[in-house]
Formats: sequence, structure tokens, C-alpha cells
Amino acid sequence: MEQFEPTIVAFCCHYCAYTAADMAGSMRLVYPPNVKIIRVPCSGKVDTLHIMKALEKGADGVLVAGCLEGDCHFKTGNVKALQRVTYLQGYLEEIGIEAERVQMVTMSAGMGGRFARITTEFTEKIRELGPNPVNAGGSRLAAS
Amino acid sequence: MITAERKPMDEIMGMIDGCGRILLVGCNECVTVCAAGGRKEVALLAAGLQMASMKKGRALDVREMTLERQCDPEYVEELAPHIDQVDAVVSMACGCGVQEVARRFKKTPVYPALNTKFMGASEGPGIWAERCQGCGDCLLGLTGGICPIARCAKRLMNGPCGGSTNGKCEIGNDVDCAWHLIWERMKELGIEDRYEDVIAAKDWRTGRGNGPRKILREDLA
Ligand code: SF4
Ligand code: SF4
Repeated sequence: MEQFEPTIVAFCCHYCAYTAADMAGSMRLVYPPNVKIIRVPCSGKVDTLHIMKALEKGADGVLVAGCLEGDCHFKTGNVKALQRVTYLQGYLEEIGIEAERVQMVTMSAGMGGRFARITTEFTEKIRELGPNPVNAGGSRLAAS
Repeated sequence: MITAERKPMDEIMGMIDGCGRILLVGCNECVTVCAAGGRKEVALLAAGLQMASMKKGRALDVREMTLERQCDPEYVEELAPHIDQVDAVVSMACGCGVQEVARRFKKTPVYPALNTKFMGASEGPGIWAERCQGCGDCLLGLTGGICPIARCAKRLMNGPCGGSTNGKCEIGNDVDCAWHLIWERMKELGIEDRYEDVIAAKDWRTGRGNGPRKILREDLA
């Protein structure tokens, strides 16, 4: 069987995570092409609805990546982002979708290595979890 | 404001089981402010219901609308062009909004997506607390602006009871004793001598004691 290639959406804050992704690139570190990066001004800008829409439209996993705790450019955006991710994980469980499909991670702008490692591990985890059940149901529906 | 919280998804999904097309209706007033049933919560619930049914391989068409006020017939009327195209309405307003939609549209079932909680105020981001029980004969003028009906667990008119400890109510350490708050506030206002005035037994006919209530303003009717 062909290996399942998940689609991962990563919301990356401009000041840390996005710069870390850039750094990973300059360091010639490899991270999975499955990861689609969306740059946001702050991880605190990411709304529960943005994450939900990504999953509804077919993403298999969503990462919200912000600055290290205490280092947020907007003071507590990353703390708020974590609260929202936690809330959303509960909501996903209520509708029967695995909470692990959404994860909050933090890193500094210089941590290109950490960015590459986290995205690789997360992609691997989602690959093990399998396709977003919404997609599977959607294709059954389209076939019927 | 009137506060509310979303019902568990299982309950909401159970109510609309068998529906192919639903109209999800939010309200721009109180439930928007308490983050339970505004435009955003409507979108979040729509996405959740959509995903849950796609997962089961079932099609569900969810239409989203958010009215200015769901407890006013003028605004509820905006649903009229859409109502015949759906199997059910799921309302994200408080119980008043749900009932207004049900009153206007006789043939379409209306389900509540929220549990309406109480009349309250925001104590900080994400925290709402009960403040008023609409007793119909406000006595805040006698109690330093703190309501013993909504905020004292025993609704005492002349408190505190013997259970008040260090400013906390005997029902739990996280609940302020209303009568302690009243005393502190009266001291601040320099009217603590009035604390001894006995508040007469309350006539609950102005509350729910006389059945459902109605206001009629003849100058406006
Ligand atoms: S005394 Fe009655 S009207 Fe006044 S705040 Fe309390 S419950 Fe509301
Ligand atoms: S401790 Fe205070 S608030 Fe609690 S029941 Fe007694 S008087 Fe009321």
C-alpha cells in the first residue's frame, strides 16, 4: 500500500516560529514537505475557528507554533494560543476527532533544528494516526 | 446580560439526527458577549456538526445566520425566506430567542444549542457570574448595591447566616458571602448604621410567585 502522506498546516508566529522555519531552511535542515506554513503576526492571533476550518477543509493535523513561554513579542499571545488549542482539543473529542491532530509548540527564532525536529515528529505521529476521518467520510459520501 | 453555554455536542447531534439541512441561528446580543452564540460560535458549531456528519459519511447542509436580536419579531422575520428550505432550526440564542423562533415558525422544529444560565456580569475575561434574579422589586438601594437574592445562597433578606466565614459563603470557599460584601460596602459608604434595619419579608408576587410576568407600556403599545 502506498504510504499515507498527511497534510499538515502549521500556523507560525512571525517573530519566532516562522523565523525558526526560515533558519531551518538556511541551515539546510530537512523537514517534511507535508507541512504547509501559514505566517501569523502572533500565535495569539490564531483563532479556534482557523484551526477548525483547516481540519474541516481536509488538513490531517494542525500545529500552532509560537515563541517560547515568556518570550512572546506580544507578551502572552502564546499562552492564549495554548488555551485555545486545549479548548479545541476538547471540542474535537466531543465530535469524535482525535485531539492529537492539533498541537501547540513553542520555539525561539534561532531554533531551526527544533522546528525541523518538531515538524518531522508531528508528521510521523499524524501518519500513524491515519487520514483525518472527515476526509475518509467525505470520500465515501462522494462515491455514494 | 443573559449568559449561556453550549450544550454537549452529543445532545445537539442527537436532536438533529436525521436532518439533512439545518439553519443555525445565532444572536448578536448577550450570547455574543458571553461567547456562547454569536457569529463566531455559530461558525464553530457549524464546522463541528459538519465534520461530525462527514466522519459518519453523511451529508449535512448547515446554513449559518446571526440575527441582531433573536428575541425580537422584527429580526426573527429575516429567517422567513430560508425556513422552508431546512428540516430544522438550531438556535444559539438564549431560551427567549429559541421561543421567538418557535412562535413565528409553526411547522419547523427549533432546537436549543445552548443552556441558558443566568443574568450576570463579566468578572474578567472568560468569567461570568450571577448578579440578578429579576425579582421585580429591586432592593439594591437597601443593600449597598449587592443583591442578596442572586448572590446569597440562601437568599437571606437579613444576613449573614451562621455559616459566613472570613468573607466566604458556607457552600464553598470560592463563593463570596453576599452579606459580608454588603457589610463591607456599607462601611465604605459610611452607612453601616443602616445594616441593623430589618428588611421586611419579600413579596414574591413580583417575582415568579404570581406566574409568568409581562410588562405592558401603554404609551408604547
Ligand atoms: S434585588 Fe431583585 S431586581 Fe435587584 S438585583 Fe436582586 S434579584 Fe435583581
Ligand atoms: S454564608 Fe453568606 S452568602 Fe452564604 S448562605 Fe450564609 S449569608 Fe448567604
